[in-house]
This record gives sequence, C-alpha cells and structure tokens, in this order.
Amino acid sequence: MTVNELLNHGFNAVSLPEPEREITGVYIGDLLSWVMGRAKASDAWITIMSNENILAVAALADTACIITAEHVEISDSVKNTAELKGINILSFDGSAYDAAVKLHGLI
Amino acid sequence: MSEALKFHFTVDGEDFTSAGKASVQVKKNLRQLGLPPEIIRRVSIAMYEGEINMVIHAGGGEADVAVTEDCVEIFLHDSGPGIKDIDRAMQEGYSTASDSIRSLGFGAGMGLPNMKRYTDYMDIKSTVGKGTDITMKVML
Repeated sequence: MTVNELLNHGFNAVSLPEPEREITGVYIGDLLSWVMGRAKASDAWITIMSNENILAVAALADTACIITAEHVEISDSVKNTAELKGINILSFDGSAYDAAVKLHGLI
Repeated sequence: MSEALKFHFTVDGEDFTSAGKASVQVKKNLRQLGLPPEIIRRVSIAMYEGEINMVIHAGGGEADVAVTEDCVEIFLHDSGPGIKDIDRAMQEGYSTASDSIRSLGFGAGMGLPNMKRYTDYMDIKSTVGKGTDITMKVML
C-alpha cells in the first residue's frame, strides 16, 4: 500500500512530499544507528524520536515514511526540512506496537 | 584506466542537527552516476556513521569520496582526540558518547561496527591527541 493510503486508517499527515511511496515492510526503533543499519528500503519506520537527525536516517536508509508514535510532536523546522528533502512523516496517537499491529493488517 | 571521480566535503563540527549533509549529497551524486541502489545505500550509511562520529567526537573533519572503476572509496580525516582502544571501539554497544548525544538517538555504540559491516574494506589509523583517519571501500 502507499503512504497516502495510511491517512484513512488513523495515521495523520505531518509531511507528505512523496505520498505515492509504496510501503513493503515495517521497522521499529529509536537508536538511529541501529535503525540505519537494519531498516530496509521502503519500510515504514516507527519511532518516538523527533529531532532533525531522523530525516537523514530516513533519507539514507531509504524508508518509505517515518511514523512518530505516542503523540510525539514534530517541530515546524523538522517538518519544513522534511518537505524540502522529500521525506514523508506521519504521526500516530497510539503506541509503536499499536501502529505496527495496524500496519500488519494493511500491508 | 579512467580517472576517479572525486567529491570533497567539510563536516561542520558545530552543527549537530545538520550532520548527514555530506552523506545525503554523496547519495545523490552516486544516484546520478547510476550505481546500484544497494551499493549507494552501503556507501551512504557508512559515510553517515563516520560523519556523525566526527561531529560527536572530533569537532568535525574532512570527507573525501572517490569513485573508481572497481570501488567507491571513502576517506575520513579529523584532528580530534583520537581513539584510545580501537578494538573496543569496534565492539557493538561500546560508546564514549555523552548522555545528551544519547538522548538524540546516537551513542548506541553502533557507528564503527556499522561502518565495517557496510563496507568491504575498512582501515582505522588513530593517534591519541592528534586525530583519526579512516579509509573504507565498497567494491562495485
């Protein structure tokens, strides 16, 4: 499924410069080096980190989108940079586990 | 043999949030050259880890990337404090990063191990008090 389609399933758009990116898997993690080493291209990456470095990690690991769980807020500057760099960010109100369970039923 | 394509970057040690600029640029350049996605991914991840290390530990440094007929070579140079115990630094989970760095999601002790993991060749030369030179190669 595409990143855009998640909006119909309880995920909220924060930055969607590439809405048609296909999601083929899921990775959960907050240690950025760990994520960069293990997440696969086109994964939806669920995290509670929100600082600007998540953008570089998502760009380099080539994830389909970042999903911030647990009401984590993204600052306007991170949001604007994400738009510029073509990084999709969605937010989810529930836990990382809840987000993963939901994604499991969708992709 | 044709001449290597070279890219040079200065990594700003003051600006932690923009760390990754050089790696993202390299990724773009390699894409334009039409290299395979998995090669690009390995080069850019290894380079980002190096870049982050230079920002966290060394106050910045220099990065050079050369693309030859048979490999992509990354050379990182800094004039930081050096690595006391390279064998220990190469172990996953070992890190000397501060709590503030950890709160940003770094300092998991995965940097150097990831660099080794994603490249075909890696050499570290470090002198305490002088700095560190790292050479990595990803074969094409």
